[in-house]
Amino acid sequence: MSFSQTLFTGYGNWNPVFWIIGFIVALIISWLLLRRGESGCNRDTEQVKSYLSGNAEPEKGDVHIRAGNMYWGFTEALKEYYEFLVPVHTGILTDYILWFLGVMAVIMVILLGGSIL
Amino acid sequence: MIQALIMDNLPALLIAVPLLGAFMTPLTGRANDTVRNIWVILISFATLTAALLLTYEVLSSGTIVYTFGTASPSLPGPPDSGGILFRIIFAVDAMSVFMAVSASIVGFAVALYSIASNSKLSGKDGYYALILLMQAGILGMVCTGDMFNFFVFLEINSLAGAVLVAYRVDKGVAVEAGLKYAVLSTLGGLMVLFAVGLFYGQYDALNMAVIADNMQYGMLDKIALVLMIAALAMKSGAVPMHFWTPDGYSMAPSSATAFLVVASQASLYGLFRILFTLFNVTLNWALAGWIIIILGVLSMFVGVTMAIPQKDVKRLMAYHAVSQTGYMLLGVGVGLAVLGDETMMNSFGMTAMEGGLFHIINHAMYKGLLFLTAGAVFYQAGTRNLNRLGGLGHHMKWTMLFFVIGALAIAGIPPFNGFASKLMIYESVFMFSPVLSVIAMVVSVLTLASFVKVFHSVFMGPKLPEYENIREVPRPMLIGMGILAFLVIIFGIFPQAVVDTLISPAAEALVDQGGYISSVLGGA
Repeated sequence: MSFSQTLFTGYGNWNPVFWIIGFIVALIISWLLLRRGESGCNRDTEQVKSYLSGNAEPEKGDVHIRAGNMYWGFTEALKEYYEFLVPVHTGILTDYILWFLGVMAVIMVILLGGSIL
Repeated sequence: MIQALIMDNLPALLIAVPLLGAFMTPLTGRANDTVRNIWVILISFATLTAALLLTYEVLSSGTIVYTFGTASPSLPGPPDSGGILFRIIFAVDAMSVFMAVSASIVGFAVALYSIASNSKLSGKDGYYALILLMQAGILGMVCTGDMFNFFVFLEINSLAGAVLVAYRVDKGVAVEAGLKYAVLSTLGGLMVLFAVGLFYGQYDALNMAVIADNMQYGMLDKIALVLMIAALAMKSGAVPMHFWTPDGYSMAPSSATAFLVVASQASLYGLFRILFTLFNVTLNWALAGWIIIILGVLSMFVGVTMAIPQKDVKRLMAYHAVSQTGYMLLGVGVGLAVLGDETMMNSFGMTAMEGGLFHIINHAMYKGLLFLTAGAVFYQAGTRNLNRLGGLGHHMKWTMLFFVIGALAIAGIPPFNGFASKLMIYESVFMFSPVLSVIAMVVSVLTLASFVKVFHSVFMGPKLPEYENIREVPRPMLIGMGILAFLVIIFGIFPQAVVDTLISPAAEALVDQGGYISSVLGGA
């Protein structure tokens, strides 16, 4: 097993080892840039405390963005798609069987169509 | 002497070991939990060892044909047999061992994980017996060279899976999911049995090589093909026959879910085996290829878009399992669509197939890992509801790390294994149809978005008061996840080594119908 092994995709190629080396170099550069940052920050003081226009900081649980609030824009933009797709997932076993039989019928028409005609 | 006996009977041992393990598990449980746990781990390890040895044998010496009931399939029957010969043949080629290794690795990781994740629960004897029974079913499906035997192992796999889905009852919801799984699996199994009957009626044979050798692709063959495609695509969770997967995967215990993914892949193997080994170029390969491609594209897109709005972490992951199955169908479907065109097959068809097959083993590793991390979260937090979780990264750093590895792999981020197989699929499929390749890439972006949501919802954010006392999961669970995470990384860093060793031989074995037939019938 060679470290220079490259995956050939038929169209291009991919070498993860070189990618990792590049990634490590990027991390080192980032770390060097970080070191040049502000060194006077003291975590034990009010320097790190959120300033909310003088209001009290909310409880920890209240500031966590829950999953239900994420990607609202995405699902809203695809509202019509989801209005069709979600109700199709009825959770009813007989519907599942109908879908299965329906797909089988469609495949049968496609594969046997030419033979019958 | 013993070594030679083991090596000569590896195909039988691969099934016999987990079967023996399954039936003996309740007996060992009579002693105590520790004895049973050690037994289950030993059996899983022995099965993995048998799979690895068999892989070595097949890759170094070629297809192994193992006959039950006689030393060779060509020997005449005993005088008192009445002409009824019980000869089931296992034809173990590179494709079979590729699937067997994948299933055995996940099986071993699941066994280790389950020891700790089930420690506080009752009914462990039955649980482990069913896990091992399902493993025997999966391994039988991928090794057998007999159509009726394939149906039998499919049933073992399905029944064990249905009981595992329903195992923790959960106020009846899990039982309902188990019932759905059982009814649909039975319906699918009946279609497979009907197709087997059609083959038997025409060719007076159940052996895959004999049927393939005589294949006429007449009307009855086409009907059998349709039944097989629909049943096995449904069992592998292809859209629009995927509805059972979110129900089943979300309600099964997480360790069982990781293994249910492999069980579905065994059906995918069956689908590919039927298409390539039984029919191959005798069928209308372009038409059949496009059917598989359309099922794949639908699975990719519908799976990922249904995953994004989910609130239950396991249900979300189940939809992603559907989506990832689409990549496998797409890759192999493109290979099938150009099967009879040697130029296109050499140009990109084989690479597409290799990408699809590579994605099977990669998916088994990272999706198994992701379901185990979901189980770890449920084990400690007691909920799968993403709206109620948060801040667990402060308490469960190892679980978070394993989740990140699995999430990046499934999203196709380098250098993890998912990227390597997806890259092969993107680039080869692009040469077939750029639109399909673009859809595959968009689905990957949506997959990443979905897992960013899970990562943020479960692990990020401030420490929540309700999870103040949560600690990291027990060590055996971490080891189980660690094994899969390690393989996700290794397969990602050395993809060409995996492709050269396992994937290319598997793809070549799948395409080479003549080689399969001659390896089974050559000496007969």
